[in-house]
Amino acid sequence: MTSTLTPVRKRSALTKGQLPKYAPYVVLGLALVIGAAILALIGFNAFGWGIVSAILFTVGLVGWSAAAEGGRKAKDKLATCLVVGSFLVALLPLISVIWTVLVNGLPGLLDPGFLTTSMNGVTGAFDNKSVEEGAPVIGGIYHALLGTIQITLLATAISVPVGLLTAVYLVEYGEDRPLARAITFFVDVMTGIPSIVAGLFAAAFFFAVVGPGTKTGAVAAVALSVLMIPVVVRSSEEMLKIVPNELREAAYALGVRKWRTILKVVIPTAISGIASGVTLAIARVIGETAPILVTAGFATNINSNVFSGWMASLPTFIYTQILNPTSPSNPDPSSQRAWGAALVLIILVMLLNLGARLIARMFAPKTGR
Amino acid sequence: MSKRIDVKDLNVYYGKFLAVEDVNINIEAKSVTAFIGPSGCGKSTFLRTLNRMHEVIPGARVEGEVLLDGDNLYGPGVDPVTVRSQIGMVFQRPNPFPTMSIRDNVLAGVKLNNQKMSKGEADALVERSLQGANLWNEVKDRLAKPGSGLSGGQQQRLCIARAIAVEPQVILMDEPCSALDPISTLAIEDLINDLKDQYTVVIVTHNMQQAARVSDRTAFFNIAGTGKPGKLIEVGDTHTIFSNPTQKATEDYVSGRFG
Repeated sequence: MTSTLTPVRKRSALTKGQLPKYAPYVVLGLALVIGAAILALIGFNAFGWGIVSAILFTVGLVGWSAAAEGGRKAKDKLATCLVVGSFLVALLPLISVIWTVLVNGLPGLLDPGFLTTSMNGVTGAFDNKSVEEGAPVIGGIYHALLGTIQITLLATAISVPVGLLTAVYLVEYGEDRPLARAITFFVDVMTGIPSIVAGLFAAAFFFAVVGPGTKTGAVAAVALSVLMIPVVVRSSEEMLKIVPNELREAAYALGVRKWRTILKVVIPTAISGIASGVTLAIARVIGETAPILVTAGFATNINSNVFSGWMASLPTFIYTQILNPTSPSNPDPSSQRAWGAALVLIILVMLLNLGARLIARMFAPKTGR
Repeated sequence: MSKRIDVKDLNVYYGKFLAVEDVNINIEAKSVTAFIGPSGCGKSTFLRTLNRMHEVIPGARVEGEVLLDGDNLYGPGVDPVTVRSQIGMVFQRPNPFPTMSIRDNVLAGVKLNNQKMSKGEADALVERSLQGANLWNEVKDRLAKPGSGLSGGQQQRLCIARAIAVEPQVILMDEPCSALDPISTLAIEDLINDLKDQYTVVIVTHNMQQAARVSDRTAFFNIAGTGKPGKLIEVGDTHTIFSNPTQKATEDYVSGRFG
């Protein structure tokens, strides 16, 4: 006999006309397989495979969606595909750079003595020996690391007071006066100065003031601070601007003088943003090559005095190792050292960015009950 | 520890724009005076001229005299900082300092001015001020916590505690309850009642019932139209203003016919 059971409804009426949850994975699998097949016809390479599969995936998913769900959902899927695709494209160079530097730089970095010795006394003969007889690559970046850290610290010590005080003037005292407008304009111009011009300025300045041929770490620090100051001014200015006016008024209403209000209320409230802005400015100049080449020269020995003598730095170390290998006939050890230095530089910048986040979190106004 | 304020022929400007015109008013010591009136009529602007907070805005200036127990606030050589340490202010939105703990917020007036104070004195001042602001029992166990973690009403009372910690002669309040719920408003109104035993209190409010509840005297401000200056229409005992005002505009406003 037949029963009059109501049919079991498998899907809710409200979710009718939707692609199943597994749809993107199915389309992705198909796109990868078909993409591989197409590429096999014209010669397989991984990059082309990725591109062809991405296009196939987008066409397939949007087409299926248009057929099953209608135009609105299909457009949504298309936009999602484009956004994610752009994100991946933007990420590609970054990952590629990090990967290349890691692969090429690790052997150099893992060399014993790489971080603790300089290039003093390392000649082409040693490099020839290491290539021909398999002796370990000697020589390291200690002098360059030391130089980079000293030059950058000195540049920071110059830029932060100048930049922060300028920002304080612009936000707290400028009131859109002609002087404030002029400063804003020139800071904008300074942001666009090519770094080599900053280097030439510092070199020419010291040649004129101290004597021709003055090349020291301090000259390089001045060149870098020319590049750093506008960044510090800009970021500190933005941070000071977003301190609510109510806090200033609250302090004034308590009978607090303006400079004390700035020192004890405005700057502490904005300090996390200022600190991370400064750290990012440091990260921006730590990799500058050209201004250091013309101001600090390049050294192969350890020089711990920024105020006298040529000084090495990581970027100029990389530059000279690649361009003028220690042993012209066997450049491989030099290039290994250069990649190792590049890896150290990237690690430094990453540590700085991490430091910026930590500082921002440490100084951030506390919430919580 | 409270002083009276007499205002004579005061005109308030923003640049060239005359915002409030020709105000004459006497504010009695140890009393609560309320300023009422429609939005934009200049009552907050006028309040800010009473402790020279008005001139913090670029281009803002005043003409006329404001006498604090006979001394002109706008006399030559008067330091606005001295004025503000005698005439405290509480703002519309609670604004505790976000980088400071509850305790440091109360001590802000002392600490920011770098006055030296022993820990015992500071503790006593914190307790006295917070008790004066009816907040002590709620926060005494968490004085080291940040002030921004308190509720809106508690934050506003913290701001009042901060204001009375510098021991001013006069306390100005610019719509102190407009961002608060009725319970917190009640707490603040009770507090205003207690404050008038020691301080001269001036309060700006949009809420006529609030003016009727808390104030001894009421001043009604009005504006003829946009772009025209605000004016003081009438000032008198709160009871008189609300039951038997002399001016037609006041009667229309307090009876709810406009505004």
